[in-house]
Amino acid sequence: MIDFSVILAGFGGQGILSAGKMAAEAALFEGKEVSWFPSYGPEMRGGTANCSVVISDEPIGSPVINDADVVICLNQPSAEKFEASLKPNGILIIDSSLFKFEPTRKDIKFIEMPASDIATELGNMAFATISMLGCLSKSTGCFSRESFESSLYEVLPERRHKLIPGNLSAFDKGAEYAK
Amino acid sequence: MAQKRVLMKGNEVIAEAALRAGCRNYFGYPITPQTEVMHYMAKKMVQIGGNFVQAESEVSAINMVYGAAAAGARVLTSSSSPGISLKQEGISYIAGAELPAVVVNIVRAGPGLGGIQPAQGDYFQATKGGGHGDYRNIVIAPASVQELYELTVEAFNLADKYRMLVMILGDGTLGQMMEPVAFRDVEPIEVYDKPWACTGRGDRKEHNTITSIYIDPDTLEVKNRELQDKYALVTANEVRYEAFGLEDAEIVITAFSTCSRISKNVIRQAAELGIKVGMIRPITLWPFPSQIISETAAKSNVKAFLDVELNAGQMVEDVRLAVNGQKPVYFHGRMGGNLPTQKEILDKIIEIHNGGNN
Repeated sequence: MIDFSVILAGFGGQGILSAGKMAAEAALFEGKEVSWFPSYGPEMRGGTANCSVVISDEPIGSPVINDADVVICLNQPSAEKFEASLKPNGILIIDSSLFKFEPTRKDIKFIEMPASDIATELGNMAFATISMLGCLSKSTGCFSRESFESSLYEVLPERRHKLIPGNLSAFDKGAEYAK
Repeated sequence: MAQKRVLMKGNEVIAEAALRAGCRNYFGYPITPQTEVMHYMAKKMVQIGGNFVQAESEVSAINMVYGAAAAGARVLTSSSSPGISLKQEGISYIAGAELPAVVVNIVRAGPGLGGIQPAQGDYFQATKGGGHGDYRNIVIAPASVQELYELTVEAFNLADKYRMLVMILGDGTLGQMMEPVAFRDVEPIEVYDKPWACTGRGDRKEHNTITSIYIDPDTLEVKNRELQDKYALVTANEVRYEAFGLEDAEIVITAFSTCSRISKNVIRQAAELGIKVGMIRPITLWPFPSQIISETAAKSNVKAFLDVELNAGQMVEDVRLAVNGQKPVYFHGRMGGNLPTQKEILDKIIEIHNGGNN
């Protein structure tokens, strides 16, 4: 796997940057090279936020993504903006609980998954992005469920470990939507 | 043994590296995109009993740096482009007084307030002076979070070794991105005597004086010559660069920091098209790796250079001086906070390969 790239985008406050970091941590746990680059500046809750994650078996050239393998979107403006950033045969994953979207491109895979509904069911809205990471993992194999789980235990402080089972449920539910 | 790799933000790694290098003094003023250096210092300095001051301005911060350095302490300040401009008076005084200090510039787009996205428009300012008078700073350009760590530690050693200001020149990409970093168990801290430091007169016959004022022209000229001798020594000893693919390269890319990373991807893509591209990446921007560039320009396999920067063409002037007309030097730059795409650079390479003219 060389320079496998994911863009995550949505509103500030949806956990976009954290989800990107969790994906990077999971891949790092597998011994991969990773980079994480956020949109930065006057960002705030309700504004737009995105981050780019690159996962590679080799040292990473550019942390900045022009052609993404996967784009994960939690709002419509992001889907409209980043659909064009996908490679041919790339995957666009959207949270269909939040908005409807009709891709204009025919050369991409399109996954609609009710991420926020999954999160609501599990009782924690923060799980929406996690379920999308599950779909990402299952669809592409860029990191495994086991690495995701192990990295959570490693990265989260112990007082937060009680959240891990919920995270994994969300992850598994999301994986069911993989294509 | 190296410890295991942790995912950290570039700006935070700079601060962590400074602490590991024994820096216990940080003075600064917040500005995007480097404020995480301050955040980290604000939190950690208190825990370890160091000094952290959020000064009332960049001007006061750099003068606090002058003070701490004059007392012989390892000291850091950080800012981004407009803030670094404000610090230039103090930087010139530090050069004149021959004080060791480390200054970080996480460059954003200019001129003026400009924008907050990554740029390399401060190359001239960093390498050609910035403040007034005949002086130099050692300027280091890391290209990864791991290098930010290692070279920041190194910057403190170089500052003490030569009694000079060392500038870490990064950009918004490098400061804001997270990458894995492996910290060493023991840092290679070099300890230099500082008999010149103002630490109280003690047993000395005379008190030490730190100054940059020499009213008598002949006295000042002697001082000027001493400084130039020192800079010549640094030029002889401390040039650092990364080079690869030069043995059979048709085109050689010169680029530092973020642009070198983007270019590395492009070099791989060019190879797939059968175009051999090598790279010289200056790690020290001053002293500049002129010799390797000059020697590479003389090689028969090398047909042209392509310099890639986040500005209108600044380092390219030093590249052209080193190439000295032996081969054509092309340039590709982006400004305003934009980064070149890999495709842009690849198109430029194909154009040069096909005999394009600038």
